[in-house]
Amino acid sequence: METSNSSWDLIIKPQSKWFDLHLRELWKYRDLVYLFVKRDFVTLYKQTILGPAWLIINPLIATLMYTVVFGNIAGLSTDGLPQMLFYMAGTITWEYFSQCLLNTSATFQANANIFGKVYFPRLAIPFSITLSQLLKFALQFLFFMAFWLYFSLNNAEISITWAASLFPLLVLIMAIQALGLGILISALTTKYRDVQNLMTFGVRMAMYATTVVYPLSSMLEGSTKRLFILANPMTPVIETFRFGFLGTGTFSWIHLSYSAASGLILIILGAIVFNRVEKNFMDTV
Amino acid sequence: MAKTVIQVENLSKQYRLGLVGTGTLQHDLNRWWHKIRGLEDPYLKVTDSNDRSKSGSSEYVWALRDISFKVNEGEVYGIIGKNGAGKSTLLKLLSRVTGPSTGKISIKGRISSLLEVGTAFHPELTGRENVYLNGAIHGMDRREVSQKLDEIINFSGCERYIDTPVKRYSSGMTVRLGFAVAAHLEPDILVIDEVLAVGDAEFQKKCIGKMKDVAGHGRTVLFVSHNMASVKSLCNRGILMQNGRITHENEISEIVSHYLSLNISDNISINQASFDPLHKYPIELKQILVYNTLNKSPAIKTGDPVTVSIDLYNTLGTEASTSIDITLIIKHEDIPVTTLSTRFVDSLSSVNSLTHRIQCQVSNLGLLPGEYTVFVWLGVNGETVNRVESAMKLVVERDQTSWARIQPSISKYGPHVIDQQWQL
Repeated sequence: METSNSSWDLIIKPQSKWFDLHLRELWKYRDLVYLFVKRDFVTLYKQTILGPAWLIINPLIATLMYTVVFGNIAGLSTDGLPQMLFYMAGTITWEYFSQCLLNTSATFQANANIFGKVYFPRLAIPFSITLSQLLKFALQFLFFMAFWLYFSLNNAEISITWAASLFPLLVLIMAIQALGLGILISALTTKYRDVQNLMTFGVRMAMYATTVVYPLSSMLEGSTKRLFILANPMTPVIETFRFGFLGTGTFSWIHLSYSAASGLILIILGAIVFNRVEKNFMDTV
Repeated sequence: MAKTVIQVENLSKQYRLGLVGTGTLQHDLNRWWHKIRGLEDPYLKVTDSNDRSKSGSSEYVWALRDISFKVNEGEVYGIIGKNGAGKSTLLKLLSRVTGPSTGKISIKGRISSLLEVGTAFHPELTGRENVYLNGAIHGMDRREVSQKLDEIINFSGCERYIDTPVKRYSSGMTVRLGFAVAAHLEPDILVIDEVLAVGDAEFQKKCIGKMKDVAGHGRTVLFVSHNMASVKSLCNRGILMQNGRITHENEISEIVSHYLSLNISDNISINQASFDPLHKYPIELKQILVYNTLNKSPAIKTGDPVTVSIDLYNTLGTEASTSIDITLIIKHEDIPVTTLSTRFVDSLSSVNSLTHRIQCQVSNLGLLPGEYTVFVWLGVNGETVNRVESAMKLVVERDQTSWARIQPSISKYGPHVIDQQWQL
């Protein structure tokens, strides 16, 4: 009896297609993604007294710190905006990007014991990280809006502009940038651990190359410094966010398209490399 | 004819020995350079077979080499072999944990693998939450888990703890819960690696029962184990692996007896054993002979009078008064059948010449025809001098005259016949 090739449900071969994300399979495992998100969320604050309040306390403390250090001591410009709001807008957006990036880039190492025992689409892990971080970001964003309301009632010079409607797009750009770069790095770290060591301070340094603690307008138009900061694809996202919700900031369609394009390139590149690595990473991790 | 559900063709897997790190980049670049010129991977050619005891010249080894086999629907297929034979690598490839170097596996139907129970149990989550998570990892959706939740909890026997974080569970309870989820997966093909080695006897029995149940429902099971008893009771066909290759593929009882004979070194002769001097003790084993007392022939049959003759070295060369104990445990398929031991009679002996001979007379050999292995232990003054597992192979031949009426099969009657007189 010979079975024809087409009747097999699964064929395991050494080479895989150049670009095959198993997206259909990932959809089949959507419950797993949901449960991973739930797990991340539920376990994060088990056995803590303040629980989910930590989600708000963290950016609040960071904001206060920046207000004291950069706002008061260093006296950096905040584009005339209330310092608290200015820093908080930068902090929560940067926090979303950096947490996604740091966690997804550790995908293979953090889950090596699970990956070594059972198969499921490996992308489920970075996807679930991006989603659970998104949930946190949503909560922090609500907190930010509460602050916004407080300042607005106290006659601060802030206004919501039309660009606020770009908010979903901004989140999407951040998500694909972090996910793309994250899975790219996670694929590299399976063999070369050096990259993982670079991550922690690399992300911190990148924060200072992004307009988190200063506005883009503080750089001279056309200066190399400004170009360098603009070359960072996260800069337009944060600037647009500030422009949308606080009314001042540098907005340009060109900058934002550049951001979106680099996000797309990162996610495609990341997907290709991740796809190459995910099959055999257990042998090297 | 039965439908083939797993077809493995020329499957190989290569691993790199030593540290991954230095030189990795260099090998990667070299590999890439060969690839863009359209050449074969240079490291796939130079490799040794995977014999862990011999040191090879190459940095790369084949954990699996050109494996091909087919499994039909509804079969319980056993994979056995010594440690490092490639069984676990094969399971990893089948369960897609890692990819093959060459070759192909084709699978029909939903496959689920259990290389470990309770994979990804999160210590902070409750038992119930972990059941959902573990189910999802193995490919069940939430609806499916919800339907079977009561059954799973029942099977695990952890009802009282189900809403307690798993970190408070005993290790046995964690395993029970893990297996309970796994047992309710209902895939078309189930791949299992020795997970039965854990849990108490009652739970093990439950697991074997569940696996038989699974197999009984027309589903296919691939089972890897070192426990020959459970392999034999569960599987109907299987393969024996050695150094990354399949050496035998056959009915399971054939495979198991091949596996057991592997433990005996190849140069052993039947019904006799010689021992290399250890040069550690004044008195050591030299050789053991088993022969028919009447005609001194090494061919022995059931019911024969048999002599077991044991020669010892006495390196002191002079008379030494020592208490020597020797024990021979005769085993069939790793299960002890009977024992000859000086310890039963509490004998003291003194060794006088350069070689010393001890003899044991068995008036009526009460073993059915078949192959046995003998475990040998020598003690001097109560201290172990030598112990050899499977020191010799004992072959009892068929007696054409006295066993003319029945086929004396060990699996049916047991290996042991006691002296019996009938008044008819």
